[in-house]
Amino acid sequence: MISQQTIIEEQPKIEEHARSFGLDFFPTVFELVDYDTMNQLAAYGGFPVRYPHWRFGMEYDQLAKGYRYGLQKIYEMVINTNPCYAYLMNVNSMVDQKLVMAHVFAHCDFFKNNYYFAQTNRKMIDEMANHATRVSRYIDKYGLETVESFIDTCLTLENLIDYHAPYIKRSSGRNGSSEDTSPKIKRLRSKKYMDKFINPPEFIDQQVKELEKNQSAQFTVPDSPERDILLFLIEYAPLADWQRDVLGIIREEAYYFAPQGMTKIMNEGWATYWHSTIMTQKVVGPDEVVDYAEHHSGTVANHPGRLNPYRLGVLLFKDIEERWNKGRFGKEYEECDDIKEKRNWDKKLGLGREKIFEVRKLYNDVNFLDTFLTEEFSREHKLFSFAYNKEKERYEIESRDFQMVKQRLLHSLTNVGQPIISVTNANHENRGELYLVHQYEGVELERQYAADTLHNLHSLWTRPVHVETLMEGNPVILTYDGEEFNQQIIPAA
Amino acid sequence: MPLLNIDYDHNRFRQIIKGKIKENLRKYISSGEMIGRKGKDLVSIPLPQVDIPRFRFGNNGNGGTGQGDGEPGQPLDGDDGEEGEGQAGNQPGYHLKEVELTLDELAEIIGEELELPNIQPRGKKQIISQKDKYTGIRRTGPESLRHFKRTFREALKRQVVSGQFDIDKPRVVPIRDDYRYRSWKTTAQPETNAVIIYMMDVSGSMWDEQKDIVRLETFWIDTWLRYQYKGIETRYIIHDAQAQEVDKETFFTVRESGGTVISTAYELCIKIMEADYPKDEWNIYGFHFSDGDNWSREDNAYCVDLLNTHMLPAMNLFGYGQVESTYGSGEFYDFLDRILSEDETLVLSHIPDKEGILESIKDFLGKGK
Repeated sequence: MISQQTIIEEQPKIEEHARSFGLDFFPTVFELVDYDTMNQLAAYGGFPVRYPHWRFGMEYDQLAKGYRYGLQKIYEMVINTNPCYAYLMNVNSMVDQKLVMAHVFAHCDFFKNNYYFAQTNRKMIDEMANHATRVSRYIDKYGLETVESFIDTCLTLENLIDYHAPYIKRSSGRNGSSEDTSPKIKRLRSKKYMDKFINPPEFIDQQVKELEKNQSAQFTVPDSPERDILLFLIEYAPLADWQRDVLGIIREEAYYFAPQGMTKIMNEGWATYWHSTIMTQKVVGPDEVVDYAEHHSGTVANHPGRLNPYRLGVLLFKDIEERWNKGRFGKEYEECDDIKEKRNWDKKLGLGREKIFEVRKLYNDVNFLDTFLTEEFSREHKLFSFAYNKEKERYEIESRDFQMVKQRLLHSLTNVGQPIISVTNANHENRGELYLVHQYEGVELERQYAADTLHNLHSLWTRPVHVETLMEGNPVILTYDGEEFNQQIIPAA
Repeated sequence: MPLLNIDYDHNRFRQIIKGKIKENLRKYISSGEMIGRKGKDLVSIPLPQVDIPRFRFGNNGNGGTGQGDGEPGQPLDGDDGEEGEGQAGNQPGYHLKEVELTLDELAEIIGEELELPNIQPRGKKQIISQKDKYTGIRRTGPESLRHFKRTFREALKRQVVSGQFDIDKPRVVPIRDDYRYRSWKTTAQPETNAVIIYMMDVSGSMWDEQKDIVRLETFWIDTWLRYQYKGIETRYIIHDAQAQEVDKETFFTVRESGGTVISTAYELCIKIMEADYPKDEWNIYGFHFSDGDNWSREDNAYCVDLLNTHMLPAMNLFGYGQVESTYGSGEFYDFLDRILSEDETLVLSHIPDKEGILESIKDFLGKGK
């Protein structure tokens, strides 16, 4: 077992190596934890304090089970904050710890420098703790079941945010405060026995009605389709203040985690690239090389049929480095028809390192793969696309054609692999019904899940909810009207 | 070290899944899904309801990218299409969530849902003694149970984390949040011996479906009785025109094809009881499952005689479950019913189909014996 002291001694050495290569990261704090604490932290997404919710318990249950049966083991966890916190598993060997530290520094560098993380809250630990306090307060006030089932409902819609709008200007006062900002009926101060006369009930009733009428008149069609459905609901759904606040919390946390989903391949590839570079060039001694090799090969192992994001990422970074070192890019190279010449192409430009630093700054997974995945790479690494075979009810290898491979790959990464859905009308048929449109890109929605999601959406919106999509090849509207779910084919215009 | 609150969320999760299982108990009991997933003390149960629904992609038109060898049209590894209707092995999140319960937790749920009374063991020696034992620590409790050491440890942890701890002036002051109290659990001390003797008719008229019913029912009976008696023993007897003792696997898988002479099983059962389980030291349970098509009326009478003289006086409970077969229901049930309806130790139950298992379990175990 490694002591915290050893880690503290080792950290500056690795840190110096990392900086010598040009990695630029926030101050990083390493903590040694045992496996159980690691699983707990992982269940909470790395944050020590989250709002109370059973799904964290579920995550933990599954992680603990996975660990117990030896199916999975978390080596490290790092969270995107400033300072950056990283947790190391105390039972790992020293070589593992060094490797993991090098890996972590590269992650921190990525968090700090990648464009898609520029908007994240670096004080998220505090923010999450504040969320926890607020939710706990609501639980005390409104009861566990009420708040919990509302959170369940919100989580259903968690993925309905606009992943590509990290610069959304949030309406002030909506998310941040739990203060009651909705308009209220003014009552004149009075002694209790006089209240009936000073604030006549008929008058108050009339005012309440008027207020409701005014509020319902505010439901307007969004000017253009809105992909941030959570924000839309925060602004327009008939929610209590605490509910609005909770929905805001869910949304804020969803946005915080979004860039990590959008850069998984790159982030892991970058970290793997650097741990292997730092370890092999600077750190590993002859007595450690076998352990190092074993761990590293585990990280980039190729499971038959599967695509390992660590491996794909690191291979692409290495490929880019080589191409820019040798000048294998640009018009001249692309237009060269001579295979032999192409194979031996080397202009000795030495631009590789510089290029990959640029790439880690500007790209996310989608445009990273779109730009740098080449046909040669695809062929060399035996990439294939697979698809669902309806008749045989199974997934089959579809093709090795580069365009197909790339298309499938990009599709699985676009919008973080979630269907693109936007709200287009909040007053559908002039009946206050919510109308969503699924932007069909070749893959249909899972029907049962869509039905359950609509059911939950309805409980927020309180009026019928629709989603326009394709089922079995036909354009349809799926509807939940508060009583039942049904599917209606849209007649061809 | 961070101060985590996982116990709270984890307990809440366990509470929720137990509730879900309770709601669907009837389905689980008759489908037998759990039995194949039974480990030594754990069962794992597929629970689709705990998943949080979202808009997500289905199978139609779906695909992805892989790496490795293979020709177009070849199925992906681990996805042979035949098992798991349309479940994609390569799409995370499409799997049913599986949760694990201990058999005791499961028994507790069954007990609550079927309103089964706790069993009152017989005899003076077989008393389950209740014992309070301090087993854990919690955050609330009476001051008299405050755990001094733990409280200060928590306070120390908090001060170290928050940087208030001064090594030169080590002063530790607990605040409300640091207080820890002892908590206790009332445990039942196993001081009882219990044995279940299962008997099953495996004659030609018992088809696989009937045996399935028997298998399901014995699983639930077993789970409940194991919860009531720690370290219970089980014996298995199969019979057609002859009886033999077998192990558990054989009990459920064997298929004979002879006629049916029930008395042979009862004779063997008596032999086992006399050899290994003296009646004043053991709680003995007998369960016999058959389609009720006995060889002859004389044998029926002989069975009743054996029950009256040897078996019932020694047993806590003897359950006879008559499974309806393709040949209809035999007459053994009516025979027992007519002659022995007065005896409380004997419980008869008709099991028309899998749906009937739940009621039948209630028949057998609802008396608290």
